Amino acid sequence: MNFYERLMNLDRRWVYLVVGIAVIIPVLNPFRVPVYVTQEVKAIYDCVESLEPGDILFLAIDYDPQAMAEVHPMAKAIMRQCFAKDVKLIISALSQNGPGMAEQLISELSKEFGKKSGIDYCYLGYKPYFSIVILGMGQNFRIPFPTDYYGVPLDSLPMMRGVQNYDDVKVVIDISSGNITDYWIIYGNGRYNVKLAVGVTGVMTANYYPYLASGQIFGLMGGLKGASEYEVLSKQGDRAIKMMSIQTTAHIVIILFIVAGNIGYFMSRKKKIK
Amino acid sequence: MRRQLPIIIVFVSGAFMAIQYFIPHDAGVFFYEYGLDWIIVIGIFAMLLGIWSLFKVQLDKVVKRSPGWGYSVVALGGLFFMLIGGPLWGIEEGTPFMKVFWYIYTPIQATMFSLLAFYIASAAYRAFRARTVLATILLLTAMVIMLRLIPLGPISGPNQKLATWILMVPSMAANRAILIGIGLGIVATCLKIILGIERAYMGRD
Repeated sequence: MNFYERLMNLDRRWVYLVVGIAVIIPVLNPFRVPVYVTQEVKAIYDCVESLEPGDILFLAIDYDPQAMAEVHPMAKAIMRQCFAKDVKLIISALSQNGPGMAEQLISELSKEFGKKSGIDYCYLGYKPYFSIVILGMGQNFRIPFPTDYYGVPLDSLPMMRGVQNYDDVKVVIDISSGNITDYWIIYGNGRYNVKLAVGVTGVMTANYYPYLASGQIFGLMGGLKGASEYEVLSKQGDRAIKMMSIQTTAHIVIILFIVAGNIGYFMSRKKKIK
Repeated sequence: MRRQLPIIIVFVSGAFMAIQYFIPHDAGVFFYEYGLDWIIVIGIFAMLLGIWSLFKVQLDKVVKRSPGWGYSVVALGGLFFMLIGGPLWGIEEGTPFMKVFWYIYTPIQATMFSLLAFYIASAAYRAFRARTVLATILLLTAMVIMLRLIPLGPISGPNQKLATWILMVPSMAANRAILIGIGLGIVATCLKIILGIERAYMGRD
Protein backbone atom coordinates (compact mmCIF):
# COMPACT_ATOMS: atom_id res chain seq x y z
CA MET A 1 0.00 0.00 0.00
CA ASN A 2 1.54 3.31 -1.10
CA PHE A 3 1.33 6.68 0.71
CA TYR A 4 -1.87 7.86 -1.10
CA GLU A 5 -3.67 4.59 -0.53
CA ARG A 6 -2.77 4.84 3.15
CA LEU A 7 -4.06 8.41 3.19
CA MET A 8 -7.32 7.11 1.79
CA ASN A 9 -7.68 4.19 4.17
CA LEU A 10 -6.60 5.47 7.56
CA ASP A 11 -7.63 3.27 10.47
CA ARG A 12 -10.62 4.81 12.24
CA ARG A 13 -8.73 4.76 15.53
CA TRP A 14 -6.37 7.42 14.14
CA VAL A 15 -9.39 9.54 13.26
CA TYR A 16 -10.76 9.12 16.79
CA LEU A 17 -7.39 10.00 18.33
CA VAL A 18 -6.91 13.17 16.27
CA VAL A 19 -10.52 14.33 16.90
CA GLY A 20 -9.99 13.66 20.63
CA ILE A 21 -6.81 15.76 20.66
CA ALA A 22 -8.55 18.52 18.66
CA VAL A 23 -11.26 18.66 21.32
CA ILE A 24 -8.89 18.54 24.31
CA ILE A 25 -6.46 21.28 23.15
CA PRO A 26 -8.98 24.18 23.31
CA VAL A 27 -10.23 22.86 26.66
CA LEU A 28 -6.71 23.03 28.10
CA ASN A 29 -5.75 26.24 26.27
CA PRO A 30 -8.96 28.25 25.90
CA PHE A 31 -9.15 30.83 23.15
CA ARG A 32 -12.00 32.79 21.60
CA VAL A 33 -13.15 32.79 18.02
CA PRO A 34 -15.09 35.64 16.37
CA VAL A 35 -18.83 35.00 15.99
CA TYR A 36 -20.74 36.17 12.90
CA VAL A 37 -24.32 37.08 13.85
CA THR A 38 -27.07 35.94 11.47
CA GLN A 39 -30.39 37.67 10.82
CA GLU A 40 -32.47 34.70 12.07
CA VAL A 41 -30.86 34.89 15.52
CA LYS A 42 -30.95 38.69 15.64
CA ALA A 43 -34.72 38.58 14.97
CA ILE A 44 -35.20 36.63 18.24
CA TYR A 45 -32.96 38.98 20.19
CA ASP A 46 -34.74 42.05 18.80
CA CYS A 47 -38.14 40.58 19.68
CA VAL A 48 -37.17 39.84 23.30
CA GLU A 49 -35.47 43.22 23.57
CA SER A 50 -38.65 44.96 22.40
CA LEU A 51 -40.73 43.50 25.26
CA GLU A 52 -41.78 45.86 28.04
CA PRO A 53 -41.49 45.09 31.79
CA GLY A 54 -44.53 43.02 32.78
CA ASP A 55 -44.98 41.46 29.33
CA ILE A 56 -45.09 37.65 29.32
CA LEU A 57 -42.78 35.43 27.29
CA PHE A 58 -43.46 31.68 27.07
CA LEU A 59 -40.21 29.71 27.18
CA ALA A 60 -40.55 26.05 26.24
CA ILE A 61 -37.55 24.03 27.46
CA ASP A 62 -37.96 20.85 25.45
CA TYR A 63 -34.56 19.19 25.47
CA ASP A 64 -32.81 16.38 27.28
CA PRO A 65 -29.34 16.32 28.87
CA GLN A 66 -27.66 14.97 25.72
CA ALA A 67 -28.32 18.26 23.89
CA MET A 68 -27.46 20.41 26.88
CA ALA A 69 -24.10 21.61 25.52
CA GLU A 70 -25.75 23.04 22.41
CA VAL A 71 -29.08 24.44 23.56
CA HIS A 72 -28.82 25.07 27.31
CA PRO A 73 -26.86 28.32 26.72
CA MET A 74 -29.70 29.56 24.46
CA ALA A 75 -32.32 29.04 27.17
CA LYS A 76 -30.02 30.55 29.78
CA ALA A 77 -29.29 33.69 27.75
CA ILE A 78 -32.99 34.25 26.96
CA MET A 79 -34.02 33.69 30.59
CA ARG A 80 -31.31 36.08 31.81
CA GLN A 81 -32.34 38.70 29.26
CA CYS A 82 -35.99 38.43 30.36
CA PHE A 83 -35.19 38.60 34.08
CA ALA A 84 -32.89 41.58 33.49
CA LYS A 85 -35.73 43.38 31.67
CA ASP A 86 -38.42 42.35 34.21
CA VAL A 87 -40.23 40.41 31.51
CA LYS A 88 -42.36 37.67 33.12
CA LEU A 89 -41.85 34.06 32.07
CA ILE A 90 -44.12 31.08 31.70
CA ILE A 91 -41.90 28.02 31.40
CA SER A 92 -42.84 24.50 30.33
CA ALA A 93 -40.73 21.38 29.86
CA LEU A 94 -42.43 18.87 27.58
CA SER A 95 -39.63 16.37 26.97
CA GLN A 96 -39.25 13.64 29.59
CA ASN A 97 -35.97 14.95 30.95
CA GLY A 98 -36.70 18.61 30.33
CA PRO A 99 -37.98 19.40 33.86
CA GLY A 100 -34.49 18.91 35.31
CA MET A 101 -33.00 21.25 32.71
CA ALA A 102 -35.58 23.94 33.39
CA GLU A 103 -35.41 23.54 37.18
CA GLN A 104 -31.62 24.02 37.11
CA LEU A 105 -31.92 27.26 35.12
CA ILE A 106 -34.78 28.61 37.22
CA SER A 107 -33.11 27.82 40.52
CA GLU A 108 -29.80 29.42 39.42
CA LEU A 109 -31.17 32.53 37.70
CA SER A 110 -34.07 33.30 40.07
CA LYS A 111 -31.54 33.53 42.91
CA GLU A 112 -29.20 35.69 40.83
CA PHE A 113 -31.94 38.15 39.81
CA GLY A 114 -34.04 37.85 42.98
CA LYS A 115 -37.11 36.60 41.08
CA LYS A 116 -39.99 34.78 42.76
CA SER A 117 -42.14 31.88 41.56
CA GLY A 118 -45.71 32.92 40.84
CA ILE A 119 -44.81 36.61 40.71
CA ASP A 120 -42.01 36.89 38.14
CA TYR A 121 -42.23 33.47 36.55
CA CYS A 122 -44.49 30.46 36.47
CA TYR A 123 -42.92 27.04 35.93
CA LEU A 124 -45.56 24.66 34.61
CA GLY A 125 -43.36 21.55 34.45
CA TYR A 126 -44.02 18.39 32.44
CA LYS A 127 -47.08 16.52 31.20
CA PRO A 128 -47.00 13.58 28.80
CA TYR A 129 -48.15 13.81 25.16
CA PHE A 130 -46.65 17.13 24.18
CA SER A 131 -48.89 17.62 21.14
CA ILE A 132 -52.00 17.42 23.32
CA VAL A 133 -50.44 19.65 25.96
CA ILE A 134 -49.60 22.30 23.34
CA LEU A 135 -53.20 22.12 22.04
CA GLY A 136 -54.61 22.24 25.57
CA MET A 137 -52.58 25.31 26.51
CA GLY A 138 -54.04 27.06 23.46
CA GLN A 139 -57.44 26.83 25.14
CA ASN A 140 -56.31 27.40 28.72
CA PHE A 141 -53.03 26.76 30.53
CA ARG A 142 -55.11 25.21 33.34
CA ILE A 143 -56.32 22.30 31.17
CA PRO A 144 -52.97 20.44 31.12
CA PHE A 145 -51.54 22.28 34.14
CA PRO A 146 -54.07 22.91 36.93
CA THR A 147 -51.04 23.43 39.20
CA ASP A 148 -47.48 24.57 38.58
CA TYR A 149 -44.39 22.33 38.89
CA TYR A 150 -44.36 22.85 42.66
CA GLY A 151 -48.02 21.86 43.09
CA VAL A 152 -49.40 25.39 43.58
CA PRO A 153 -52.75 25.97 41.78
CA LEU A 154 -52.29 28.35 38.83
CA ASP A 155 -55.24 30.46 39.98
CA SER A 156 -53.44 31.28 43.22
CA LEU A 157 -50.34 32.62 41.43
CA PRO A 158 -50.44 36.44 41.13
CA MET A 159 -48.83 36.54 37.68
CA MET A 160 -51.30 33.99 36.27
CA ARG A 161 -54.42 36.00 37.24
CA GLY A 162 -56.16 36.86 34.01
CA VAL A 163 -53.69 34.83 31.98
CA GLN A 164 -55.68 32.20 30.09
CA ASN A 165 -53.80 31.01 27.02
CA TYR A 166 -51.35 31.97 24.26
CA ASP A 167 -53.34 35.16 23.57
CA ASP A 168 -51.95 36.53 26.83
CA VAL A 169 -48.30 35.94 26.01
CA LYS A 170 -46.32 38.14 23.63
CA VAL A 171 -44.12 35.46 22.17
CA VAL A 172 -43.29 31.76 22.47
CA ILE A 173 -39.68 30.58 22.17
CA ASP A 174 -39.16 26.84 21.95
CA ILE A 175 -35.69 25.50 22.75
CA SER A 176 -35.72 21.89 21.67
CA SER A 177 -33.71 18.82 20.74
CA GLY A 178 -36.52 16.77 19.25
CA ASN A 179 -39.71 16.81 17.24
CA ILE A 180 -41.63 18.78 19.88
CA THR A 181 -40.69 21.82 17.79
CA ASP A 182 -42.78 20.42 14.90
CA TYR A 183 -45.84 20.41 17.14
CA TRP A 184 -45.20 23.93 18.36
CA ILE A 185 -45.22 24.95 14.68
CA ILE A 186 -48.23 22.81 13.68
CA TYR A 187 -50.44 23.46 16.71
CA GLY A 188 -48.94 26.50 18.43
CA ASN A 189 -48.49 28.61 15.32
CA GLY A 190 -50.77 26.78 12.89
CA ARG A 191 -53.82 26.52 15.09
CA TYR A 192 -53.40 29.29 17.68
CA ASN A 193 -51.31 31.68 15.62
CA VAL A 194 -48.65 32.19 18.32
CA LYS A 195 -45.64 34.30 17.47
CA LEU A 196 -43.02 31.56 17.54
CA ALA A 197 -39.23 31.32 17.41
CA VAL A 198 -37.19 28.16 17.87
CA GLY A 199 -33.74 27.15 19.05
CA VAL A 200 -32.67 23.68 17.96
CA THR A 201 -29.58 21.48 17.80
CA GLY A 202 -27.10 21.86 14.93
CA VAL A 203 -28.27 18.76 13.05
CA MET A 204 -31.90 19.88 13.22
CA THR A 205 -31.31 23.40 11.93
CA ALA A 206 -31.67 22.78 8.19
CA ASN A 207 -35.11 21.20 8.75
CA TYR A 208 -36.56 24.44 10.12
CA TYR A 209 -35.51 26.90 7.40
CA PRO A 210 -38.71 26.20 5.40
CA TYR A 211 -40.76 27.43 8.39
CA LEU A 212 -38.57 30.51 8.67
CA ALA A 213 -39.09 31.34 5.01
CA SER A 214 -42.85 30.78 5.26
CA GLY A 215 -43.08 33.05 8.31
CA GLN A 216 -44.38 30.32 10.60
CA ILE A 217 -41.40 31.03 12.82
CA PHE A 218 -39.81 34.45 12.97
CA GLY A 219 -36.41 33.39 14.30
CA LEU A 220 -34.14 30.37 14.37
CA MET A 221 -31.12 29.53 16.50
CA GLY A 222 -29.12 26.54 15.31
CA GLY A 223 -26.82 24.61 17.63
CA LEU A 224 -23.88 26.01 19.52
CA LYS A 225 -23.29 28.62 16.80
CA GLY A 226 -26.80 30.01 17.26
CA ALA A 227 -26.33 30.02 21.04
CA SER A 228 -23.04 31.89 20.75
CA GLU A 229 -24.65 34.45 18.42
CA TYR A 230 -27.39 35.04 20.99
CA GLU A 231 -24.83 35.44 23.75
CA VAL A 232 -22.91 37.98 21.66
CA LEU A 233 -26.10 39.99 21.06
CA SER A 234 -27.57 39.79 24.56
CA LYS A 235 -24.27 39.94 26.46
CA GLN A 236 -25.83 37.42 28.86
CA GLY A 237 -23.25 34.72 29.50
CA ASP A 238 -20.38 33.42 27.38
CA ARG A 239 -20.58 29.64 27.76
CA ALA A 240 -21.41 29.02 24.10
CA ILE A 241 -18.89 31.61 22.92
CA LYS A 242 -16.17 29.77 24.88
CA MET A 243 -17.24 26.39 23.49
CA MET A 244 -17.15 27.64 19.91
CA SER A 245 -13.34 27.24 19.96
CA ILE A 246 -13.78 23.50 20.65
CA GLN A 247 -16.34 23.18 17.86
CA THR A 248 -14.07 25.13 15.50
CA THR A 249 -11.01 22.90 16.01
CA ALA A 250 -13.13 19.73 15.73
CA HIS A 251 -14.67 20.97 12.46
CA ILE A 252 -11.28 21.97 11.04
CA VAL A 253 -9.96 18.47 11.79
CA ILE A 254 -12.98 16.83 10.13
CA ILE A 255 -12.55 19.05 7.04
CA LEU A 256 -8.82 18.21 6.90
CA PHE A 257 -9.65 14.49 7.06
CA ILE A 258 -12.13 14.88 4.20
CA VAL A 259 -9.55 16.79 2.13
CA ALA A 260 -6.85 14.18 2.91
CA GLY A 261 -9.20 11.34 1.94
CA ASN A 262 -9.96 13.01 -1.39
CA ILE A 263 -6.29 13.74 -2.14
CA GLY A 264 -5.56 10.07 -1.50
CA TYR A 265 -8.47 9.03 -3.69
CA PHE A 266 -7.51 11.23 -6.68
CA MET A 267 -3.76 10.53 -6.51
CA SER A 268 -4.18 6.76 -6.27
CA ARG A 269 -6.69 6.84 -9.16
CA LYS A 270 -4.22 8.90 -11.22
CA LYS A 271 -1.51 6.30 -10.58
CA LYS A 272 -3.82 3.46 -11.60
CA ILE A 273 -4.71 5.26 -14.88
CA LYS A 274 -0.98 5.73 -15.66
CA MET B 1 -68.92 -6.29 18.69
CA ARG B 2 -65.30 -6.60 19.86
CA ARG B 3 -64.23 -5.22 16.50
CA GLN B 4 -67.10 -2.85 15.75
CA LEU B 5 -66.97 -0.96 19.06
CA PRO B 6 -63.34 0.27 18.71
CA ILE B 7 -64.02 1.21 15.09
CA ILE B 8 -67.10 3.24 16.11
CA ILE B 9 -65.15 4.99 18.93
CA VAL B 10 -62.30 5.83 16.54
CA PHE B 11 -64.71 7.07 13.85
CA VAL B 12 -66.69 9.31 16.24
CA SER B 13 -63.57 10.70 18.01
CA GLY B 14 -61.60 11.21 14.79
CA ALA B 15 -64.49 12.77 12.87
CA PHE B 16 -65.33 15.08 15.81
CA MET B 17 -61.74 16.29 16.23
CA ALA B 18 -61.50 16.96 12.47
CA ILE B 19 -64.85 18.79 12.24
CA GLN B 20 -64.68 20.84 15.47
CA TYR B 21 -61.70 22.75 14.04
CA PHE B 22 -64.15 24.48 11.70
CA ILE B 23 -66.93 25.07 14.29
CA PRO B 24 -66.12 27.96 16.65
CA HIS B 25 -69.06 27.18 18.98
CA ASP B 26 -68.97 26.93 22.80
CA ALA B 27 -70.33 23.38 22.76
CA GLY B 28 -67.63 22.34 20.29
CA VAL B 29 -64.94 23.99 22.43
CA PHE B 30 -66.29 22.25 25.56
CA PHE B 31 -66.13 18.78 23.98
CA TYR B 32 -62.77 19.58 22.44
CA GLU B 33 -61.27 20.51 25.85
CA TYR B 34 -62.94 17.45 27.37
CA GLY B 35 -61.33 15.31 24.65
CA LEU B 36 -57.89 16.79 25.34
CA ASP B 37 -58.28 15.90 29.04
CA TRP B 38 -59.20 12.34 28.07
CA ILE B 39 -56.14 11.94 25.87
CA ILE B 40 -53.83 13.04 28.72
CA VAL B 41 -55.53 10.57 31.11
CA ILE B 42 -55.13 7.76 28.56
CA GLY B 43 -51.48 8.78 28.12
CA ILE B 44 -50.87 8.47 31.86
CA PHE B 45 -52.37 4.96 31.85
CA ALA B 46 -50.06 4.10 28.93
CA MET B 47 -47.14 5.29 31.05
CA LEU B 48 -48.20 2.99 33.91
CA LEU B 49 -48.34 0.13 31.42
CA GLY B 50 -44.80 1.01 30.29
CA ILE B 51 -43.50 1.01 33.88
CA TRP B 52 -45.16 -2.35 34.54
CA SER B 53 -43.69 -3.79 31.34
CA LEU B 54 -40.18 -2.54 32.23
CA PHE B 55 -40.49 -3.97 35.75
CA LYS B 56 -41.72 -7.37 34.54
CA VAL B 57 -39.09 -7.78 31.80
CA GLN B 58 -36.22 -6.81 34.11
CA LEU B 59 -37.51 -8.90 37.02
CA ASP B 60 -37.82 -11.95 34.76
CA LYS B 61 -34.18 -11.52 33.74
CA VAL B 62 -33.07 -11.35 37.38
CA VAL B 63 -35.17 -14.33 38.47
CA LYS B 64 -33.98 -16.49 35.54
CA ARG B 65 -30.37 -15.27 35.91
CA SER B 66 -30.35 -14.47 32.16
CA PRO B 67 -27.10 -13.12 30.65
CA GLY B 68 -26.56 -9.54 31.84
CA TRP B 69 -29.03 -9.91 34.75
CA GLY B 70 -26.82 -7.60 36.82
CA TYR B 71 -27.78 -4.71 34.51
CA SER B 72 -31.43 -5.50 35.22
CA VAL B 73 -30.76 -5.14 38.96
CA VAL B 74 -29.30 -1.68 38.26
CA ALA B 75 -32.30 -0.79 36.04
CA LEU B 76 -34.77 -1.88 38.73
CA GLY B 77 -32.77 -0.07 41.42
CA GLY B 78 -32.80 3.13 39.35
CA LEU B 79 -36.50 2.78 38.61
CA PHE B 80 -37.50 2.37 42.27
CA PHE B 81 -35.08 4.97 43.57
CA MET B 82 -36.51 7.63 41.24
CA LEU B 83 -40.12 6.47 41.77
CA ILE B 84 -39.80 6.61 45.56
CA GLY B 85 -37.18 9.37 45.81
CA GLY B 86 -39.28 11.96 43.95
CA PRO B 87 -42.32 11.91 46.25
CA LEU B 88 -40.17 11.30 49.36
CA TRP B 89 -37.57 14.06 49.06
CA GLY B 90 -39.13 16.29 46.40
CA ILE B 91 -37.87 17.17 42.92
CA GLU B 92 -36.34 20.58 43.51
CA GLU B 93 -32.66 21.39 43.01
CA GLY B 94 -30.42 19.84 45.69
CA THR B 95 -32.69 16.87 46.49
CA PRO B 96 -31.37 13.27 46.07
CA PHE B 97 -33.71 12.91 43.07
CA MET B 98 -32.06 15.84 41.27
CA LYS B 99 -28.56 14.79 42.37
CA VAL B 100 -29.05 11.40 40.68
CA PHE B 101 -30.38 13.23 37.62
CA TRP B 102 -27.45 15.65 37.45
CA TYR B 103 -24.55 13.44 38.52
CA ILE B 104 -25.51 10.08 37.00
CA TYR B 105 -28.15 10.44 34.30
CA THR B 106 -26.93 13.67 32.67
CA PRO B 107 -23.27 12.55 32.23
CA ILE B 108 -24.45 9.19 30.82
CA GLN B 109 -26.60 10.89 28.18
CA ALA B 110 -23.93 13.51 27.41
CA THR B 111 -21.30 10.76 26.97
CA MET B 112 -23.48 8.78 24.58
CA PHE B 113 -24.19 11.88 22.49
CA SER B 114 -20.55 12.99 22.51
CA LEU B 115 -19.47 9.70 20.96
CA LEU B 116 -21.35 10.78 17.85
CA ALA B 117 -18.64 13.37 17.11
CA PHE B 118 -16.09 10.59 16.67
CA TYR B 119 -18.37 8.43 14.53
CA ILE B 120 -19.35 11.40 12.38
CA ALA B 121 -15.69 12.35 11.84
CA SER B 122 -14.84 8.80 10.78
CA ALA B 123 -17.95 8.47 8.58
CA ALA B 124 -17.34 11.87 6.91
CA TYR B 125 -13.73 10.93 6.16
CA ARG B 126 -14.81 7.69 4.45
CA ALA B 127 -18.06 8.80 2.77
CA PHE B 128 -17.25 12.26 1.39
CA ARG B 129 -15.28 11.22 -1.71
CA ALA B 130 -15.73 13.08 -5.00
CA ARG B 131 -16.35 9.88 -6.97
CA THR B 132 -19.16 11.23 -9.18
CA VAL B 133 -20.61 14.66 -10.10
CA LEU B 134 -23.45 14.25 -7.57
CA ALA B 135 -21.03 13.15 -4.85
CA THR B 136 -18.86 16.19 -5.62
CA ILE B 137 -21.87 18.54 -5.30
CA LEU B 138 -22.76 16.90 -1.98
CA LEU B 139 -19.16 17.21 -0.79
CA LEU B 140 -18.88 20.90 -1.72
CA THR B 141 -22.25 21.71 -0.15
CA ALA B 142 -21.28 19.94 3.06
CA MET B 143 -17.99 21.86 3.13
CA VAL B 144 -19.75 25.24 2.76
CA ILE B 145 -22.25 24.37 5.51
CA MET B 146 -19.50 23.12 7.83
CA LEU B 147 -17.29 26.13 7.14
CA ARG B 148 -20.06 28.53 8.23
CA LEU B 149 -19.42 27.32 11.78
CA ILE B 150 -15.76 28.28 11.58
CA PRO B 151 -14.40 31.85 11.70
CA LEU B 152 -12.66 32.40 8.36
CA GLY B 153 -11.75 36.05 8.69
CA PRO B 154 -12.78 38.17 5.68
CA ILE B 155 -14.50 35.27 3.87
CA SER B 156 -16.75 34.43 6.83
CA GLY B 157 -19.43 36.87 5.63
CA PRO B 158 -19.66 35.65 2.00
CA ASN B 159 -19.47 32.01 3.13
CA GLN B 160 -22.27 32.60 5.65
CA LYS B 161 -24.39 34.16 2.89
CA LEU B 162 -23.71 31.22 0.58
CA ALA B 163 -24.56 28.75 3.39
CA THR B 164 -27.79 30.62 4.13
CA TRP B 165 -28.69 30.55 0.41
CA ILE B 166 -28.09 26.78 0.30
CA LEU B 167 -30.31 26.32 3.36
CA MET B 168 -33.01 28.73 2.19
CA VAL B 169 -33.23 27.68 -1.48
CA PRO B 170 -32.14 24.18 -2.62
CA SER B 171 -32.26 22.57 0.82
CA MET B 172 -35.61 24.18 1.57
CA ALA B 173 -37.09 23.07 -1.77
CA ALA B 174 -36.17 19.46 -1.00
CA ASN B 175 -37.40 19.79 2.58
CA ARG B 176 -40.72 21.24 1.47
CA ALA B 177 -41.25 18.42 -1.01
CA ILE B 178 -40.62 15.89 1.75
CA LEU B 179 -42.85 17.75 4.24
CA ILE B 180 -45.74 18.05 1.78
CA GLY B 181 -45.38 14.34 1.02
CA ILE B 182 -45.43 13.51 4.73
CA GLY B 183 -48.43 15.79 5.26
CA LEU B 184 -50.42 14.11 2.50
CA GLY B 185 -49.41 10.70 3.86
CA ILE B 186 -50.63 11.67 7.35
CA VAL B 187 -53.99 12.85 5.96
CA ALA B 188 -54.41 9.64 3.97
CA THR B 189 -53.49 7.45 6.97
CA CYS B 190 -55.81 9.42 9.29
CA LEU B 191 -58.71 9.01 6.87
CA LYS B 192 -58.01 5.29 6.58
CA ILE B 193 -58.01 4.93 10.39
CA ILE B 194 -61.17 7.06 10.88
CA LEU B 195 -63.03 5.14 8.18
CA GLY B 196 -61.95 1.78 9.59
CA ILE B 197 -59.88 0.74 6.56
CA GLU B 198 -56.62 0.69 8.53
CA ARG B 199 -57.07 -1.43 11.68
CA ALA B 200 -53.51 -2.25 12.72
CA TYR B 201 -54.02 -0.34 16.00
CA MET B 202 -56.33 -3.17 17.15
CA GLY B 203 -53.53 -5.69 16.87
CA ARG B 204 -54.32 -8.87 14.96
CA ASP B 205 -57.49 -8.52 12.93
